[in-house]
Amino acid sequence: MQVSMTVNGQQRTDEVEPRMLLAHHLRDNLGLTATNIGCDSTSCGACTVIVDGLTVKSCTVLALQAEGSEVTTLEGLSTDGEMHPVQAAFRSEHGLQCGFCTSGMVMASIGVLADNPNPTDREVREGLEGNLCRCTGYHNIVQAVLKAAEAGPAAGQVPSSQQEVSA
Amino acid sequence: MSILGTRVVRTEDPLFLTRGAVYTDDLTDPRLAGAVHATFVRSTVAHGTVTSVDTSAAAEAPGVVGVYTAAELGDLPPVAPPLPFLDAGFSRPWLVGVGERVHFVGDLVAVVLTEERYQGEDAAEMVVVDIDPLPAVVGTAAAKTDGTILFPAVGTNKVAAFGEPAPEDFFADCEVVVRREIVNQRVAAAPLETRAASAAWGEDGRVTIWCTNQGAQQAKGQIAGWLGLDPALVHLITPDVGGGFGAKIGADQEYAFVAWLAQQSGRPVRWTESRSENMTGMLQGRAQDQVVTIGGSRDGRVQAYSLEVSQDCGAYPRIGTVLPTLTMLMAAAVYDIPKVHAQATCYVTNGTSIGAYRGAGRPEATAAVERAMDLFAAEIGMDPADVRRKNFIPTFTEPTQTSSGATYDSGDYEAALDRVLQAAGYDELRAEQARRRERGDTRQLGIGVSAYVEITGADSGHGTSENAELEVHADGTATVLTGTSPHGQGHATTWAMLASEQLGIPVEKITVLHGDTDRIPDGGGTMGSRSLQQGGAAVHQAAVELVEVARKRAAELLEANPDDLEVDLANAGLSVKGTPGVGVTWAQLAADEQLIVQTTFTANAPTFPFGAHVAVVETDVESGKAVVTRLVTVDDAGTIINPLLAEGQRHGGIAQGVGQALLEEILYDEDGNPQTSTFADYPFVSATELPSFELVEMATPTPMNPLGAKGIGEAGTIGSTPAVQSAVVDSVAHLGVRHVDMPATSMRVWRAIQEAQKGSTN
Repeated sequence: MQVSMTVNGQQRTDEVEPRMLLAHHLRDNLGLTATNIGCDSTSCGACTVIVDGLTVKSCTVLALQAEGSEVTTLEGLSTDGEMHPVQAAFRSEHGLQCGFCTSGMVMASIGVLADNPNPTDREVREGLEGNLCRCTGYHNIVQAVLKAAEAGPAAGQVPSSQQEVSA
Repeated sequence: MSILGTRVVRTEDPLFLTRGAVYTDDLTDPRLAGAVHATFVRSTVAHGTVTSVDTSAAAEAPGVVGVYTAAELGDLPPVAPPLPFLDAGFSRPWLVGVGERVHFVGDLVAVVLTEERYQGEDAAEMVVVDIDPLPAVVGTAAAKTDGTILFPAVGTNKVAAFGEPAPEDFFADCEVVVRREIVNQRVAAAPLETRAASAAWGEDGRVTIWCTNQGAQQAKGQIAGWLGLDPALVHLITPDVGGGFGAKIGADQEYAFVAWLAQQSGRPVRWTESRSENMTGMLQGRAQDQVVTIGGSRDGRVQAYSLEVSQDCGAYPRIGTVLPTLTMLMAAAVYDIPKVHAQATCYVTNGTSIGAYRGAGRPEATAAVERAMDLFAAEIGMDPADVRRKNFIPTFTEPTQTSSGATYDSGDYEAALDRVLQAAGYDELRAEQARRRERGDTRQLGIGVSAYVEITGADSGHGTSENAELEVHADGTATVLTGTSPHGQGHATTWAMLASEQLGIPVEKITVLHGDTDRIPDGGGTMGSRSLQQGGAAVHQAAVELVEVARKRAAELLEANPDDLEVDLANAGLSVKGTPGVGVTWAQLAADEQLIVQTTFTANAPTFPFGAHVAVVETDVESGKAVVTRLVTVDDAGTIINPLLAEGQRHGGIAQGVGQALLEEILYDEDGNPQTSTFADYPFVSATELPSFELVEMATPTPMNPLGAKGIGEAGTIGSTPAVQSAVVDSVAHLGVRHVDMPATSMRVWRAIQEAQKGSTN
């Protein structure tokens, strides 16, 4: 079946099997491999992307369900070579090690900051409960989200349409 | 100012954060064009005899290119156990054939190759495997009876035994003796990236294998050996790796099999396992049943300690079989105990094979002795911190031999404990605990103290050596080749810092490459917290040697005495002493003639990082739920090159220790069926279950390498696991509880309270 969606600001139309997951569509058909798949039970959040302003686990959404939607992945966050505030904070705070959870963690963090621009340590932890990381012990991820919050509203937005995001 | 010791952010990160790292499943290498996908058919029975494998329906399924069972293996011999002293009867077949036994849920029975990934899952489900079940052996207690024997050709489930029983009078002169059976449970390493491999054969008769691993050279050697290939025909590439934690050391059989399938099918082959496949197929960790016995006098002095280990090796013995020897070596830990006894016996069971997991044998030693110390302290009514202080090995700066046979490099265990207790506010915590107990609060405070020492940079198959190549190019950039194998540790940044320190080339201009066996034929990989102290030291040595090569050339060029030239870091070159304007850059020298050094660094011996942790928990005594509220740690790993990254290693290690202490356990039912084979079932520690950590600095350099660095990759786990377990026990100690096995779940803690209240000791 044919599916059309806007991915990182670009209109994309492709043939997909009806059962194809959005995560596989992004990775295998569109070559956007920053979105990773770490489990098969919607537990780890490595595949988190933003669809129409909502953070979703793309392993639990069919590509067809994103018909007509606006999808943002990690690759779509930087503008004019400038990192998104959340990306920049993950770097400055050493919020990533092996990098496998990072894409989903960054997207989920944007959702956390969209809902709560000035979260506490505990609120960040609650907000990221659905995203697993085995390397960092979450300490520096939490620090990164708190740091990104200092950038103001931009930290909770995605660049493709400056749309509001919600977890 | 030196760049060493500064918080340099990672050079890896811009790509990781904007485009994503490139893991094995992400590869778009042209050699993999037209690749088919491999999907394994695995046993759903833990122990049994295969009576039939019917592939007829699968062979007709859409997209199927090939279906392979044991009948198609030809003369491929089974894979012998990885250690030469193990009985060849423990060999593992590539695919279990009709008439042969499966030994765990996840054992390989067949494989399908399909054009598309989804087609593989469909076709694999159409392979019909009939298995006549046999009784399953779950855990070491069942294994050691030999009531059911897994490998009849071997005749026993006992794989190996290390050490001798303790003499009968071992504790004869002790006033107080405490004995306890404790469990160091089976856990999953659970790197976020599952296992994956791809392979393509070239027209030159060579195979290129991409796979996720912790050391390309070792993986290549294993794969070539298993397949009977000339190693010169194997080119192994390690792409970015999404975590390892010991479980990706070496190669797994599936990786080699992908290469074999590519050869058989004449097509490149890709394989990426699912998480549920990973949770039964990937090596797991720990899985020790222990008996600790500790004896001493009522004034707190420990006189004798015994540790008996029963190691669950899982279905086919792997590296986990020898990890108990590290547990034995580190049995006495930080303590000056006159008599120490340790022994281990290893058994096969119908579970997933056991390998290394963060700490690999040392966390088991620390957990045992720290539990024993707490039990001893409780028995004599002494504060656990005081008991530890009474028994520490005194401060030493020269190598010191312990009673369990290790030679420690440098240590100051009491200082580590003092620092962590002070930072935690130990006395105030005890006062608050007393107040809550006095009031009979529902939420009680528990304070756990651990002290540890561990061994890093031990010989894990590559001696204590690592190599490095350093080349400066005519454009002023440099390239480092290393035999280590980073998978999150940040070697690209730290190795660049070490070269930059000597050469003045900015880290952004230094590229660090690893994990390509054609470019780097020799290397020990990353495991056992060896990388900085051996691989980093090799980069340092290469940079020092490169300066000397350059000095000779520059002397000729400048017509100066070599001794009159000094390194000019500001200009990335050499200049004539006292004449700053006169000199030559590395880049200019490289333009004239290749400027390159290859070197090998050999450490004198392993190193012994140490530290002390304080964990604070709040336990709801009505539900048994314990929540970690604070973790304060001293982790002394000698000289720190990049504090930002060293702290990251500590954080991750601490979290995994909390996971084991409170939450995580691989469980089987009595028939050997895994009960925790997805992330929905396995309680992988999440952000909500952890506090932010309080790290305390301490750095006692080692004399074993010029950097003064010890390993930091595993220390956090080794310290935090017993501290958290101890804190949970401490939180309900006033109710009569002396011990709760890991993971200290709500149910376990609640039951321990109920039993203690009934008057039975637990």
